[in-house]
Amino acid sequence: MKYIDEFRQKDIAQGLLEKIHKISTKNIHIMEICGTHTHAISKYGLRSSLPSNIRLISGPGCPVCVTSMGDINRILGFCKKEKDVIIATFGDMMRVPGTDSSLQEQRAMGSDIRVVYSPLGALDIARANPEKEVILYAVGFETTVPTVAATILTAREKNIENFSAFTLHKLTPPAMKALMDSGELDLHGFICPGHVTAIIGANAYRFLTEDYRAPCVVAGFEPLDAIHGLYMLIKQLEEGRVKIEIQYKRVVTWEGNRKAQKIMEEVFEICDSNWRGIGMIPMSGLRLKEQFSDFNAERKFAIGEGVNEESGSCSCGEILRGILTPNQCSFFGKTCTPETPVGPCMVSSEGTCAAYYKYGTFNF
Amino acid sequence: MKQERILLSHGSGGKLSYQLIHDIFLKAFKNEHLAPLNDQAIFNLSASRLAFTTDSYVVNPIFFPGGDIGKLSICGTINDLAVGGAEPLYLSVSFIIEEGILMEDLKMIVDSMARTASHARVKIVTGDTKVVERGKGDKLFINTSGIGVVKEGINLSPSLIRPGDIVLVSGSIGEHGIAIMTHREGIQMESQVESDCAALHELVKDMISRSNGIRTMRDPTRGGLATTLNELVISSEYGMLIKEDDIPMKEEVKGACEILGFDPLYLANEGKLIAIVSKDSASAVLEAMKENPLGRNASIIGTIVSEPRGKVLLETSIGNRSILDMLSGEQLPRIC
Repeated sequence: MKYIDEFRQKDIAQGLLEKIHKISTKNIHIMEICGTHTHAISKYGLRSSLPSNIRLISGPGCPVCVTSMGDINRILGFCKKEKDVIIATFGDMMRVPGTDSSLQEQRAMGSDIRVVYSPLGALDIARANPEKEVILYAVGFETTVPTVAATILTAREKNIENFSAFTLHKLTPPAMKALMDSGELDLHGFICPGHVTAIIGANAYRFLTEDYRAPCVVAGFEPLDAIHGLYMLIKQLEEGRVKIEIQYKRVVTWEGNRKAQKIMEEVFEICDSNWRGIGMIPMSGLRLKEQFSDFNAERKFAIGEGVNEESGSCSCGEILRGILTPNQCSFFGKTCTPETPVGPCMVSSEGTCAAYYKYGTFNF
Repeated sequence: MKQERILLSHGSGGKLSYQLIHDIFLKAFKNEHLAPLNDQAIFNLSASRLAFTTDSYVVNPIFFPGGDIGKLSICGTINDLAVGGAEPLYLSVSFIIEEGILMEDLKMIVDSMARTASHARVKIVTGDTKVVERGKGDKLFINTSGIGVVKEGINLSPSLIRPGDIVLVSGSIGEHGIAIMTHREGIQMESQVESDCAALHELVKDMISRSNGIRTMRDPTRGGLATTLNELVISSEYGMLIKEDDIPMKEEVKGACEILGFDPLYLANEGKLIAIVSKDSASAVLEAMKENPLGRNASIIGTIVSEPRGKVLLETSIGNRSILDMLSGEQLPRIC
């Protein structure tokens, strides 16, 4: 198979790992921002095959996990009082626990909540149910936004009046900046998300090298991509270079996908956004522009407020900021498992706790 | 008047029920046990050890590439008997039909069941039909139960597993899951993946007749290969080491999994089995499997190890090892 097996070759992987061992001398803290990287690193057992002086820290790169408790409670509260609408959302959102419920539980209580695999699926539901209002409840980073934007443009073009969107989109670079500014972590470099960067372009990380002297490598998600990306970053740090490098050249460019950026800019504008674990980050979210207010569920319905209370729950916040690892949370693997998640990091397939739990921390 | 759709009265026990049973079920499933339409089937069995199993089928859509809910309901129950070393003989079939389903669709499904059963040489000897109001079911649910005989000397159990034993799979994995998912979501692939839905008892017979070194067998349906491998060792004193590169998989399945964000190791199979066999008998069993069309792509995928107890280790394609856990929740596609 082209583009799969080529990036999972044993001898190349082991060769690269050997090279990393050979060049690595310093204590290095690297953050992989993206949940898909966290997942790949765990799945392929990379953490335990790196030299002990290299620490990989998982970042806030799972869109379900960084959705604030307040926003989750908002949609749950809305579901409780409004039984006559159809909510269409991505599967991962179903099980995320709010303060006293989840969408899964609301569905069992009679709300019409449906899982879609693409935002366009919500439009199909709206077309098939013209007598009902359909709300797309969408989270996601820059990778998801263009398809949601395209869905809203299609709804406008086709005049699908019973469709609207409740969007909680977030932007990656402002979160990286917030982590650097917090001073909580002694981070030396970043593995940047391949697919987000395919949209926004590698130039978006200039601030990391220029303002924070933190090198970064944009890597793909196959095991060889991840190992190669780590090798490139460790090499930079060992040699004292501070550069943005693109490992995932077959997909990522410096400028990104202009067409996708244009469609995002047409539909959305930048706003402040509340991140779970991190709090309000200026200019880190997206909201629908005024001219699309007919498709803005928050304008169409009284969605109401939600309690933004995180205290007393698990350590998802600290884990999202990279201060704690999952096994340092007192709930991890005990009361909090994928079957009975306490926090979102255990729910989502991209979540750090889910990855740590699923692939274990077994020593071979 | 010829009815085009199933009505509530088809389940009332009255004239329409009688007509449905006669014109569709009896015609298709014809055999001497069913024909008297008694409340039960009565038959003689010569064996002293019987295998008995039941399963319900609720697949959506009811027609999918490579099969339909009817074929699935026959093969699934046959396979549950077969992997216990039993020779399947008799099945019961229960239909829960949603009012409004096309008679033509029901007929196609029933014919498919009859064809599958006759091909597998099992008999449908008793059955039941209920009809529920529109909106109270999803087109059609089928329950089948099956009885089979276990011959003298055949004894399969996970408790017989020992370190050094070999793990085999009968062919490429993930096809049923991908066929259902791509069909359900209307995803067009370059080449359509078909469900592997098939009855495996002849394959099992070939394996058992070739070697007495088979310890245990399972069919990796819901939860996929990974979950079934875990079920085999979870309560044992041993672990399992599986080599990712040795797991047979079609390129189309690999590609579809990449696009949809699925892990093929957790996708359902409906025509595959896992066998754990003694080291000495592995090559004979593998050979027997490969000689049967349903085992043509059989492969040795791992070994039983003494540590870690109750866990499955995966040697990944890049040579590192990680834990291969059971499926938790549902498999969900990526959202970022």
